[in-house]
Amino acid sequence: MIRFENVTKLYSGQERPALEAVNLEIVKGEFVFLVGKSGSGKSTFLRLILREERPTSGIIHVAGKDLGKLANHKVPELRRQLGTVFQDFRLLPNKTISENIAFSLHVLGYSQKEINREIPEMLELVGLEDKADRLPSEISGGEQQRVAIARAYVTKPPIIIADEPTGNLDPELSVGIMKLLDRINREGTTVLMATHDSGIVDQMRKRVIELDGGHVIRDQVRGVYGYTG
Amino acid sequence: MRAGFLLKEVRIGLRRNLTMTFAVVVTVAISLSLLGVGLLANAQVNAMKDYWYDKIEVSVFLCGTLSESPTCAAGVVTEEQRTSIKADLENLSVVDSVFYESQTEAFERFKERFKDSAIAQNVTADQLPESFRVKLTDPTQFDVVVSAFSGRPGVDIVQDQRSILEKFFKLLDVLRNGALLVGLFSVLTAALLISNTLRIAAFNRRRETGVMKLVGASSWSIQLPFLLEGVFSAVLGWGFATGLLSGLKYVIDDRVAPLLTFTKFFEWDQVWISSAILLGVGLFVSILASAITLRRYLKV
Repeated sequence: MIRFENVTKLYSGQERPALEAVNLEIVKGEFVFLVGKSGSGKSTFLRLILREERPTSGIIHVAGKDLGKLANHKVPELRRQLGTVFQDFRLLPNKTISENIAFSLHVLGYSQKEINREIPEMLELVGLEDKADRLPSEISGGEQQRVAIARAYVTKPPIIIADEPTGNLDPELSVGIMKLLDRINREGTTVLMATHDSGIVDQMRKRVIELDGGHVIRDQVRGVYGYTG
Repeated sequence: MRAGFLLKEVRIGLRRNLTMTFAVVVTVAISLSLLGVGLLANAQVNAMKDYWYDKIEVSVFLCGTLSESPTCAAGVVTEEQRTSIKADLENLSVVDSVFYESQTEAFERFKERFKDSAIAQNVTADQLPESFRVKLTDPTQFDVVVSAFSGRPGVDIVQDQRSILEKFFKLLDVLRNGALLVGLFSVLTAALLISNTLRIAAFNRRRETGVMKLVGASSWSIQLPFLLEGVFSAVLGWGFATGLLSGLKYVIDDRVAPLLTFTKFFEWDQVWISSAILLGVGLFVSILASAITLRRYLKV
């Protein structure tokens, strides 16, 4: 699903590359944690997958597309394959929960009939059936993040990318988010999640990729957050 | 993106930015009206030219007792000269018709024109020159008559009424150009205002456009609602401008035309043609301003 071949990213004006000679592959259906300190290259890694940045050298394949050969006007096509979730939720404050989820479908041209079918299903998945008509400001942070996940997942993209999805949440709310992502993963969706949250990583026992100074220093199949050797 | 959702987004956008929408509509209305006034001024000048050029004639004055030009040194025009001048005039291809005005007829006309003035009492028929009044098939071909007849024995002067009118029309041309220039500048201002308004709108809705990019909307579908907002404001402004121009035409027909009977005024046709041009200008300018702004501020 995601393959990096000898990828280096050097931002202009900087001496040290943000990522250097990274090789890795994430296959369909995997759940992968991306860990590392601030400045380790996590954000660059995600930005390269979303094609917000282009690598200085190396080849990146995402969802069957060679990003180096992807024309600008084909970028939206790539992003339709990627559901993205962020630390700050990025919900639309003046739209209700169900309108926020429906927004993705609307802008991608789904018919009202399809939308009417999808929304209740998504609300049920994230457990917010009874809050469909609330505004984001009227629900908790954990609930907001579940809405954001529903919005990312409603188009059923093959890959979900979550950048610190629990970064703003209390541990007990984070558990709910992780259960949700785990469930989406079980339905066959590849999940790549960047995180600082050691508790979650230790608990989930999924594949862990650790970056440090732009290098992959660890790639463990059933890893924990802190490297124990 | 379906039309229903698109229109809903456009409506929300216009409403949320209501004061700016209002400013854009009013600016577009005023600037298109100014440009429209320029276009109608042009139509009016053309209408006046048609009207006057159709009536004007070239006068070939023959030597009389008071003539002073060198060609009249031999004295009053002879019967033979008069006949040959008339024959030659009629033979010119640019000449439509020739009408002879004798001294007596000139005197009658003079008395008619100055009937309330003391001048008429001091003039006698033999002081006025006899003349040929020539109507041309094409009034711009006046030079042909001048070069053929001025300097010819028996001809005093060749006078073209067009040359008098031309000074007047030159003045009108300047006024018309000024009106068009003011119109163009205000249209440019409107374009800049549309551009700035969309920039603010794009900034205000950066969350929405951010999410749209995220879920993979094409840049076209991200920009379209903004583009339609610009176009909607421009079309609404155009509607008001057309209303104003129609009002102007109505006032001219109703109040001005009865007072100024010496000229024709532009027709309703001209109002509709100007309105169509304004619609074209309005659409072109708003689409261009929107496209340039959105390309800069809403890149995927």
